[in-house]
Amino acid sequence: MRKRLVLACLLLMVSGLSGCANNDAAQNKNDNVIYVYNWGEYIDPEILTMFTEETGIEVVYDEYETNEIMYPKIKAGAVKYDLVCPSDYMIKKMIDNDLLEEINFDNVPNYVNIGEDYWDQAVSYDPDNRYSVPYVWGTVGILYNKTMVKEKVDSWAILWDPKYKDEILMQDSVRDAFMVAEKYLGYSMNTTDEDELQEAKELLQQQKSLVQAYVIDQVRDKMIGNEAAIGVIYSGEAIFTQRENPDLDYAIPKEGTALWMDSWVIPKGARHKENAEKFINYLCRPDIACLNFEYITYSTPNMPARDLIEDEDIRNSPIAFPDLSKYNLEVQVSLGEEADRHLSDLWREVKSY
Amino acid sequence: MTLSASPYILWSAGFIIIPLCLVIYYAFTDASGAFSFDNVADIISYVNIKALMLSIAFSFGATLICLIIAYPLALILSTVVSSNSSILSLLFILPMWMNSLLRTYAWQNILERKGVINGILSALSLPPLYIINKPPAILLGMVYDFLPFMILPVYNSVSRIDKDLINAAKDLGAGYRETFFRVIWPLSLPGVISGITMVFVPSLTTFVISDILGGGKILLIGNVIEQLFTQDSDWNAGAGLSVVLMVFIVISMIITSKYDREDIR
Amino acid sequence: MKKTLGSIYLTLVLIFMYAPIATLMILSFNSSKSRSHFGGFTLDWYIGLLENEEVMKAFQTTIILAFLSAFIATVLGTAACTGMLFMKKRSRSIIMGVTNIPMLNADIVTGVSLMLLFIAARATMGFTTVLLAHITFNIPYVILSVMPRYRELKISTYEAALDLGATPLYAFFKVVLPDLMGAILSGFIMSFTMSLDDFIITHFTQGPGFDTLSTKIYSEVKKGINPEVYALSTIMFLTILILLFLVNYRPWTKRPEGEIRVRTRKEVVVSSGNGGAV
Repeated sequence: MRKRLVLACLLLMVSGLSGCANNDAAQNKNDNVIYVYNWGEYIDPEILTMFTEETGIEVVYDEYETNEIMYPKIKAGAVKYDLVCPSDYMIKKMIDNDLLEEINFDNVPNYVNIGEDYWDQAVSYDPDNRYSVPYVWGTVGILYNKTMVKEKVDSWAILWDPKYKDEILMQDSVRDAFMVAEKYLGYSMNTTDEDELQEAKELLQQQKSLVQAYVIDQVRDKMIGNEAAIGVIYSGEAIFTQRENPDLDYAIPKEGTALWMDSWVIPKGARHKENAEKFINYLCRPDIACLNFEYITYSTPNMPARDLIEDEDIRNSPIAFPDLSKYNLEVQVSLGEEADRHLSDLWREVKSY
Repeated sequence: MTLSASPYILWSAGFIIIPLCLVIYYAFTDASGAFSFDNVADIISYVNIKALMLSIAFSFGATLICLIIAYPLALILSTVVSSNSSILSLLFILPMWMNSLLRTYAWQNILERKGVINGILSALSLPPLYIINKPPAILLGMVYDFLPFMILPVYNSVSRIDKDLINAAKDLGAGYRETFFRVIWPLSLPGVISGITMVFVPSLTTFVISDILGGGKILLIGNVIEQLFTQDSDWNAGAGLSVVLMVFIVISMIITSKYDREDIR
Repeated sequence: MKKTLGSIYLTLVLIFMYAPIATLMILSFNSSKSRSHFGGFTLDWYIGLLENEEVMKAFQTTIILAFLSAFIATVLGTAACTGMLFMKKRSRSIIMGVTNIPMLNADIVTGVSLMLLFIAARATMGFTTVLLAHITFNIPYVILSVMPRYRELKISTYEAALDLGATPLYAFFKVVLPDLMGAILSGFIMSFTMSLDDFIITHFTQGPGFDTLSTKIYSEVKKGINPEVYALSTIMFLTILILLFLVNYRPWTKRPEGEIRVRTRKEVVVSSGNGGAV
């Protein structure tokens, strides 16, 4: 009877082994791959397949949840990615720490599709536009359920309203969480002033008893499933969630918020730099960028792609493509290693409060 | 023949001893590589000490509840006719073969505000139960995940007790209570002790359960260490706390092994 | 009366243990992708599973990893036991002490320590590093399962074989090994299971494009789990369920002592500790 068990095990293995042996062989023989490290749910998987079909380059794809999780992996160098998609302040930090490779724009002719405004916006973290190509952009705001929130939502104050105890989903990433408190207090989201930081920390600690959970990607599921009334989230999630649950709406608070941009960068020592550039170029193609937008619903900086969007409501959506001059927006900048560490210590104090 | 052990000796030196030395090295140096006691001393900072205390409280609670659930269960199982008992005891271990992360995640589904339990409660027009993302949910997760580790050793030791001993005690006029406290309990103690360590250590050091069922609102010492390594890339601080954690594990081992010896003899 | 109370108690605990599993199984047949309501019965996720390359690859990796690490650990561990038998008591207890470390230590510390090692060695994180890590935490299970059996073994049969002119190696394979087979196998199966379910140590030693089922599930917990994962787990669970019941339910087979039964970590430690100290 033991033999049977072994037999069954063996059968399982053999089927597994044969499959993997093929995979391994394929990877060893042909170095025509690219290792991509991107945010969760941040690309249409179909595009990866299409890219492989068109170019023969295999895409090995991994996901992270916050900039802070991604950074140490790139920095340690134990993990070799060819293409990463960090946010503005993180790109600056990576440039400052000499972790990025300059992009050879001869290999990315489609960069011309990215609107001039976005290159200008990128200057704040990549001064000469040499290291990064804008991928998507947006704001941080409040996603709320109209059936549960009857009042007008236009201020961060609602996140401190005891009425919504256990109905609030707060951002679980250091910079964005502090951004909310700092803006609500009327400070800059890039402050390093100790008093202001302490004040923000205390405000977040006060909020904790009202918060249902600190999450990022889960906001989507929870808001769609009516698990919570209010969630702090990136504008790109709004259109997606509205499609699934029409009761949801998105507001940009009047105190101001972050205008952010995620761009593709190539880490230093990437082994497939040319492939990475080919991939960026592919994503900058208007039809591909449009296809991708339809899937992830995060605002694209690709002008021709925007014109290709079929649904007129979405093409002119104030959520996806807001009139930036109407809001008090700020871009997050890198605070430096020491301030980052201090901030994450403060964040831990909030979370363990 | 001694030679055949040499591959393993090399292996354990390379993959057990050296890595531990690395942890200790990082724990006692600062970012520049100079000797420093700060990382280990950092345990007394508000966040860390709170996380450690919480972890200890949770693992005490989980261990106790597991014992309270498992002990009667083991007694009942041991009275079942032996041919069925192996099947029955198998039933209590089987869940371990489904991915533990997935099973913990399923509790999210069950406990959520619109989850299974609240669905049932509202159908019965009872008030909803909101424990998700709160301490009880984490406690439940720990009890659930580690219960088999308690059931198994306790059951093994209880079922090995010679029935004649129990009958003898009864013949000599001992009541049920007396039989239990003077015969069954002392004889089952080795199983209980091993159950306790098996539940205590993993619940002391987990970061997964609090992650999945805590909604990011509760930081245990495991979470702090995990974040220090994967998000802050502050290896020195992470290693410092790991060393503290190891000290606690060693202490718990010493305490339990002491009981172990005394009671076997 | 007492009996009914007992059965009620058993049932309650069983419900507690199986509620999440039942939930997952039901979700694997749920036509709605939402986890909160049941949209009707479907087999789509089971069909989709075969085409979901990511999940299938993670599954393959998990199985291969579990098999390879358990196999290598079994060979190394058994060899180590053989060697230790001929050692002085002192050096043997040192090795046993070291063997207990990964067993008793927190997974997170083991994972972190191996990560530091691999980074210090400038190794590229990936299948190999995870395999090395898994072998490392598997060997103790093998040793602690084989060692006690070795002690029970009658050395006289081995010596008799030598006297009759067998070479030590021949005697080992013909006389000793068959007796050990049960213990070796149970060590193998334990290792296999541990490797299959490990998340924490893999989490710290994995590299790009590498996923086991556990790490895949962990990353999906954050963004919503793909129902195909439920389908796969249901299949895996039912397979093992059926396998185990077949093994246990055949009345005509005898269950020899030391049968493949699940032994938990500490139990192994305790049994070997007792055997070792005395």
